Amino acid sequence: MTGGGLGRIGVVTFPGSLDEGDARRAVRLAGGEPVALWHREKDLRGVDAVVLPGGFSYGDYLRCGAIARFSPVMEPLLEQARAGLPLLGICNGFQVLCESHLLPGALTRNDHLHFVCRDQRLRVERTDTAWTADYARGQEITVPLKNGEGGYVADERTLDALEAEGRVVFRYAGGNPNGSRRDIAGICNEAGNVVGLMPHPEHAVETLTGPTTDGLGFFTSVLKRLVTA
Amino acid sequence: MARVVVDVMLKPEILDPQGQAVQRALPRLGFDGIEGVRQGKRFELEVAEPVTDEALARIHELAGTFLANTVIENYTVRVEEGAAA
Repeated sequence: MTGGGLGRIGVVTFPGSLDEGDARRAVRLAGGEPVALWHREKDLRGVDAVVLPGGFSYGDYLRCGAIARFSPVMEPLLEQARAGLPLLGICNGFQVLCESHLLPGALTRNDHLHFVCRDQRLRVERTDTAWTADYARGQEITVPLKNGEGGYVADERTLDALEAEGRVVFRYAGGNPNGSRRDIAGICNEAGNVVGLMPHPEHAVETLTGPTTDGLGFFTSVLKRLVTA
Repeated sequence: MARVVVDVMLKPEILDPQGQAVQRALPRLGFDGIEGVRQGKRFELEVAEPVTDEALARIHELAGTFLANTVIENYTVRVEEGAAA
């Protein structure tokens, strides 16, 4: 952690990002210092962790996240994430992480073709990642889900490997909203510092605006990790 | 100038709900006997110089890293003969 102050968490804005404001607010409510990062700058400003927010980067043209993945900011980000920097991809951010091959698999059109916007129950499957330490294993949380292309797919061998290595971090509970294979809502990399999920924890951090405050744990988890690191 | 066409299709094992929706509409329109529809993408690249083997290799690289996501999609690259005079 730099300067011994608050944990500084970068939130990247791509053209078409929507949820960077809420992500920065979630960081602040969790006790951290949000730092705005711009897609065209190859500079992470010395942050301790990074969030790739939801939205429709580059209008979802070509494939969701496919163009954002080649943004200048992604160059140092991929390098540092491979070296252990905590990185969270939410919704479109998850799509960017899959397109970057930092996480395996891909997100495809919801099997019923409808855009989904609802409060979604999730089961926390893994609690030793950078972003989930403040949850209990098997705990159910409710956070908003809103996407048209949230169906998680990967080949059977990859899915088996994810299960065997305990890299399924969240599963949909109370019904699969989009046809995701094996009810997968979120996964992590081998080291557990990179987590991606389709639902939106940053929209569930205050009772005034969210269905719950269940999402706050993502941000408190990573901040605690920075303090003890 | 030459045209190079890149076709991108979802792999056979990946569900294509868009193609299925198209297929389900066919009987309503009076088209019978079509047992499956899969929807893909076609990119037409207008190449300034003659398409050398080297240029084609670069386009293959472009297709495999950017135009297609090879986790879920296959692609083909071909030079369109006699196009764009």
